[in-house]
Amino acid sequence: MTEPVVSMKNITYAYEQKKVLSHINFEIPRGAFMGLIGPNGGGKTTLIKLILGLLKPDEGTIQLLDQPMDKFNNWNKIGFVSQKANSFNKGFPATVFEVVSMGLTAKVGYLKFFKKKHKEKILQAIDQVGMLDYAYENIGNLSGGQQQRIFIARSLVSDPELLILDEPTVGVDYENVKRFYELLHRLNDQRNITLLLVTHDTGIMTEHATDIVCLNKTLHFHGKPEEYSSLSEKDLSGFYGHPVNIVTHNH
Amino acid sequence: MIADFFEFDFLRYTFLTGILIGIIAPLLGTFIVVRRLSLIADALSHVTLAGIAFGLMLEKKFAVTMITPLYSGMAFSVIGSIFIEKLRSVYKAYQELAIPIILSGGVGLSVIFISIADGFNTELFNYLFGSVSAVSLNDLYTILGISIFIILVVGLFYKELFTLSFDEEHATISGIHAKRIHLLFIILTALVIAASIRIVGVLLVSALMTLPVAASMRLAKGFKQMLFLSIVFGELAVIIGLISGYYLSIPPGGTIVMVSIIILLVSISLKRFTFTAKKVREAE
Repeated sequence: MTEPVVSMKNITYAYEQKKVLSHINFEIPRGAFMGLIGPNGGGKTTLIKLILGLLKPDEGTIQLLDQPMDKFNNWNKIGFVSQKANSFNKGFPATVFEVVSMGLTAKVGYLKFFKKKHKEKILQAIDQVGMLDYAYENIGNLSGGQQQRIFIARSLVSDPELLILDEPTVGVDYENVKRFYELLHRLNDQRNITLLLVTHDTGIMTEHATDIVCLNKTLHFHGKPEEYSSLSEKDLSGFYGHPVNIVTHNH
Repeated sequence: MIADFFEFDFLRYTFLTGILIGIIAPLLGTFIVVRRLSLIADALSHVTLAGIAFGLMLEKKFAVTMITPLYSGMAFSVIGSIFIEKLRSVYKAYQELAIPIILSGGVGLSVIFISIADGFNTELFNYLFGSVSAVSLNDLYTILGISIFIILVVGLFYKELFTLSFDEEHATISGIHAKRIHLLFIILTALVIAASIRIVGVLLVSALMTLPVAASMRLAKGFKQMLFLSIVFGELAVIIGLISGYYLSIPPGGTIVMVSIIILLVSISLKRFTFTAKKVREAE
């Protein structure tokens, strides 16, 4: 197996006095489609913020794409689609093309302008999420599911190796959630983008994910979807109720 | 009717300055509006007033003419903008608190400087509501310099400013230096305000930054189009406002803002009209 995309060693993090993550050891293998589940307040978003460098761990080390966190500066290799994408300012007057172009801002760099090849890349990314017909529509006029696709395109345009999605399908209807997962599946399969997906839709996720991780302050389960499905109800209630410290590691 | 503007030097200077601020005020205003910072322009204009009062005081009391009110206004405005940024990071959860703090501070300082300079006079009145006759050749050159600088910087940092305005979190994650760009932006805003005050006045400068944007927001598709339309509306308001202000002997601040409001009302009803027309078509 090749080097993992993300590797966390002995990570502990607390907000003020409240410990949300305790001694987390965890890796995302390259090419994985990893589903991250757990109760609210279980530390999922904190974990993501740590990976994105928005928070610094109190203890432990993180490696991103084979580099220690404090040396890492290749941020356009990491794409992020937040839950907030659902609640952005709907009135913001930007076209789909303009929104997706933002994904290239940092990559193109200061004092440089978008060139023809960048514009083609932007259209390509929009095409990839199947929204080419809407390229010059205002983003506010689209439905929630369509907007979420556009935010995926914004992340794709800089050719990320890892795409992190924090509950991207909140507020999206079932039919579109299904299409959304198919899109993720394609990106994982055809473009070999590693995915880390925080979600509550455990049903549909087990159909597509290659790895599942359950987090509630500590890591409770890490394994294949089949293993997750075969867990008994008693095991499951353990994740969400009083902590049990069974960590299965299958690598 | 417009002939006077070409005949008299002072009117020509005013007119050219008006054209310049008709570009830069809505240009920066577009970013201000989409970031929901409209009131920052108001706070900064009151700090600029303190700077102007300071300049007038130096002139009157100490016969210092090196520092014109335009320069001292600019200096105060820029310093005020840096303070706003600091305050916004101190009160993270209540960022809008920075606005009343800076605004009242500006007015407080103005009152002090004005009274030391022996109170109100016409010159100060001109700064409050704008004037068609207050722009000197020297002012015009300074404002031309500021305008070129602003257009250049916004052009060079357009994609960063735009990306930050839309989604600060995402911009930061993707590696854009949000804090630095933000500081740059607020300093540019301070300069625009100081430059615009000669024509529209302290009390109405924020209107020229926000009203054209409010109008174009209703009609534009996409951000670039909105920027462009805002500048068109801003120019319209400045030109019509200046000419009518001159002939009616009203400070141009008042006429420019009223023209902006008319443009805004037209754009709102236009949108409503096209919207209903579309609905009728769809229903048929």
